[in-house]
Amino acid sequence: MKFGVVQFPGSNCDFDCYYAIKNVLQVPVDMIWHKDNDLDGYNCIVLPGGFTYGDYLRVGAIARYSPIMSAVLNFAKKGGFVLGICNGFQVLTESQLLPGALIRNTCLHFICKNQTIRVENIDTPFTGMCQKNQILQIPIAHGEGCYYADKKTVDELEANKQIIFRYCDGSGKITKEANPNGSICNIAGICNKERNVLGLMPHPERSTENCLGSVDGRLLFESIMMYLKKKSILVK
Amino acid sequence: MWSVIINIELKKGVLDAQGKTTHKALHSLGFHNVKEVRVGKLIELQIEGDNREEVGAQVQDMCKRLLSNPVIEDFNYEIEE
Amino acid sequence: MEKFEQRKFWQKWNLTSNEYQCICHVLGREPNEIELGIYSVMWSEHCSYKNTRSLLKMLPTKADWVIQGPGENAGVIDIGEKELVVMKMESHNHPSAVEPFQGAATGVGGILRDIFTMGARPVALLDSLRFGDFHQDHTQYLYQGVVGGIAFYGNCVGVPTVGGETIFSESYQGNILVNVMCVGLVKKEKIVLATAKGVGNSIILIGAKTGRDGIGGAAFASVELNEKSEEDRPAVQIGDPFAEKLLIEACLELVQFEEVVGLQDCGAAGLTSSLSEMAARGHSGVEIELSEVPQREAGMNPFEIMLSESQERMVVIVEKGKEERVLSTLRRWDLDSAIIGHVTDNQRFTIKKHGQVVADIPVRSLSDGAPVIKREIIEPLWQKEIKKLNLDEFEEYEDYNSILLTLLSSPNLSCKEDIYQQYDHMVQVNTVVPPGDDSAVLRLKGTKKAIALTTEGNGRYCLLDPFQGAQIAVAEGARNLSCKGATPKAVTDCLNFGAPENSDSYWQLVQAIKGLSESCKFFDTPVISGNVSLYNENDGKPIDPTPVVGMVGVINDCNHICTLDFKSENDLIFLLGETGNELGGSEYLEIIHHMKRGLPPILNLAREKKIQSFCRKMIEKDLLASAHDCSLGGLAIALSESCICSGLGAKVELKTDIRSDCCLFGESQSRIIVSINPSNYEDFVEIAQQENIPFQQIGMVKKDCLKINQWVNLPVSQLEKAWRRKKNA
Repeated sequence: MKFGVVQFPGSNCDFDCYYAIKNVLQVPVDMIWHKDNDLDGYNCIVLPGGFTYGDYLRVGAIARYSPIMSAVLNFAKKGGFVLGICNGFQVLTESQLLPGALIRNTCLHFICKNQTIRVENIDTPFTGMCQKNQILQIPIAHGEGCYYADKKTVDELEANKQIIFRYCDGSGKITKEANPNGSICNIAGICNKERNVLGLMPHPERSTENCLGSVDGRLLFESIMMYLKKKSILVK
Repeated sequence: MWSVIINIELKKGVLDAQGKTTHKALHSLGFHNVKEVRVGKLIELQIEGDNREEVGAQVQDMCKRLLSNPVIEDFNYEIEE
Repeated sequence: MEKFEQRKFWQKWNLTSNEYQCICHVLGREPNEIELGIYSVMWSEHCSYKNTRSLLKMLPTKADWVIQGPGENAGVIDIGEKELVVMKMESHNHPSAVEPFQGAATGVGGILRDIFTMGARPVALLDSLRFGDFHQDHTQYLYQGVVGGIAFYGNCVGVPTVGGETIFSESYQGNILVNVMCVGLVKKEKIVLATAKGVGNSIILIGAKTGRDGIGGAAFASVELNEKSEEDRPAVQIGDPFAEKLLIEACLELVQFEEVVGLQDCGAAGLTSSLSEMAARGHSGVEIELSEVPQREAGMNPFEIMLSESQERMVVIVEKGKEERVLSTLRRWDLDSAIIGHVTDNQRFTIKKHGQVVADIPVRSLSDGAPVIKREIIEPLWQKEIKKLNLDEFEEYEDYNSILLTLLSSPNLSCKEDIYQQYDHMVQVNTVVPPGDDSAVLRLKGTKKAIALTTEGNGRYCLLDPFQGAQIAVAEGARNLSCKGATPKAVTDCLNFGAPENSDSYWQLVQAIKGLSESCKFFDTPVISGNVSLYNENDGKPIDPTPVVGMVGVINDCNHICTLDFKSENDLIFLLGETGNELGGSEYLEIIHHMKRGLPPILNLAREKKIQSFCRKMIEKDLLASAHDCSLGGLAIALSESCICSGLGAKVELKTDIRSDCCLFGESQSRIIVSINPSNYEDFVEIAQQENIPFQQIGMVKKDCLKINQWVNLPVSQLEKAWRRKKNA
């Protein structure tokens, strides 16, 4: 099993993802340079958070054209797992691996804080180890995390159960007050129809160790690890 | 050399938080007759090209692929020699 | 060379006729336009420290654990396990007053470069901010702009902003203070110095192209602000944090290469100061060819190129013939680079344009040559008067509920979450104690250690007694660290004062440096780096003298850390230290009685050190449930904070042999509120008694309400509402 973390110019959380996967979860992981184009041998690619290309023009708009992205698109097409965190989620929507777009927080400020999210769907490789409606504490840190999609798209996401995480309050209620950025339907994370690509605004790599305040983020990574282990057992 | 000015705006249905906030701020300055504010982007390009049509087609392509996001934005442009 | 009006020019750039004579003497001739411009900037207060160099020699700068003291880009200490901490604080006051967003942003950019130029990865930012009257529109404009600028830059480069202070006081109306501190980590033996040496070695300029940004910004920092300052807007630089992020990653790769001999950032006075300082340290010279400098704008003249403060540029010195690895690394990171000159051995700073010499100056005269200015030290006439305060003039009350709520909701004491939630304080996954506590704590990956970081300063105390106020800044900084279990190790400082020509301001500066010096010696926290910002005045009136102290402390085992929130009902609350009948310079006196006078609280250095040491020992032994420093606002505020942050209340009985207002809101020094699980009572008391620590049990953690004697009885929810400045429901 091997993870790869893509390093774009301006990625900041690349080292954090690498550290969480290698040192905390103890899974082999490589940093992948944005100018490379070979993803052979990887099971899961992570597009980390940060400010790729300074977020200039539009968040993720320039990164989506990095040479590595055509490899990522192919990789996803063939069923490889792609996890987009924060800026990574923004790159995924810009490259249309996921529908919708991320725009400026309605409060117009950057917000960094601990956030509770509710698991909406546990039938995905990313949430297999979660309970339905489980409340996870995973921090957010973004200025452009407001998820937007037109009504048709949102209806499709609901119908296909592609909404994976929603912002909720401490008791699991989906409320306006619990929504930090104005995302439509409190959407914090979605997956594609095939369920091999997940994008979310919260940062699971910041919540894998007790000393940092929460270990709920581990569940995402451990779910993929469990799924991959099962898959390789079946293949054998 | 062609001078191109591209205007990019959020689509009508998309919440324009900056526009809303700017609207409030104008009201607080006494401009109560301002009914709506939308905040967009202006991009200026200097492009070498043989004719207006060719340049126009290129600008459309640039907008569709990079400069504007069709999920949330609309664009229009003007070309001058 | 073109003729021009020398006299007007030297006046415009603030050189005195004495300085002009010195320049002529050093050169053996009159300077040309470019040379004069270079001297004007290098000999400005901001670059040369001509008013303060001799005074700063009073500060203690050495210790066994200090690898590098003042004199390099940043200070460096050894904290064990082969880890070095690199630290510096700088001011960006004047640019931020004119253009708050970019002024603050470029302040962050500049201090970051001072850190990674040493080969250290920046791991934390802190900012100490002071603005005018909170209720004025202009203050809000500056405040929002500065916070926005710090967030913009810090978040984009991926360095967490983990602490600082934000203070509002009329004293800073018209001259705000923006002091930014950066801390970095580097492994021992990987530290890089900013030295140009090795004849023939290449000088490579990397990063952004050079434009007309901030020309003479250093000279601008040395001039007082007045109405005309708005017109000086072109002197403000614009920052590009994305370019800085690329620079950080590229430079951290470059410093691994043996052929990289020196690295320096381009800050105040641009290429001129970086190159002259590097050459001075290396006892060498430099020769630059201006036509090789990549330029962003057309038609820049030599003065503009050499003094441009375009951001996000670094200078790398590389062994001759071995430039390729460096250049290809820069290409990989899509960074521009150009070989703009080479190192010489003639100790001259030589600038050529298309092969013609346009300036030729002895290197040392630029970096060290500004004539030191010594002034008379005269205590202000009003100083004795302002210290007078008769507490009998003030009524004691029966009920302090509404006073407590007023204080909690005041701009200096209320919750700062709105500010620090705009900063990404979690990136790099090291933040173990986030903003909102006495100090921030960052773990060091791969070790058991952690570092605690804080900034402290109090302009009001320093106005009343600059010596005492400066001592207190160090003591409070150290206390903030000790409350988290960290042993204070080093200080970086930012001295914000008025014009040295003003004898009051000069006296305050001398006293403050003396106070800092004594305190730092006592706490064994040498000053390893720092910055002086003078001319902080508006329309002739100086700000309250404000020395700001940034401190780092070390925690040996990350598992032994303490936070300020109460943990469980029925935990016992103790006060370490003693409260005196003193209100001088307190928030209470200013907010409730509208006075700024008296003596700052008494500081007994020995008692302070003893109490801090005891607190750290208790944390190490896991005997404390919580620890919180008593400072601004006094005991009642500290108790309120421990309640609000936990949701738990407390029932407290304080001794009534001193005034009630002093009990609740006096800012007596050397006090810490701790809470312990009842099962630890005996161990705690035994050690406290053995070590002769003044302490008293003052109460117990109890749900729902904070009760203090008969004076305060409020639900924690109401305390929280006031603290969060929410309108009453």
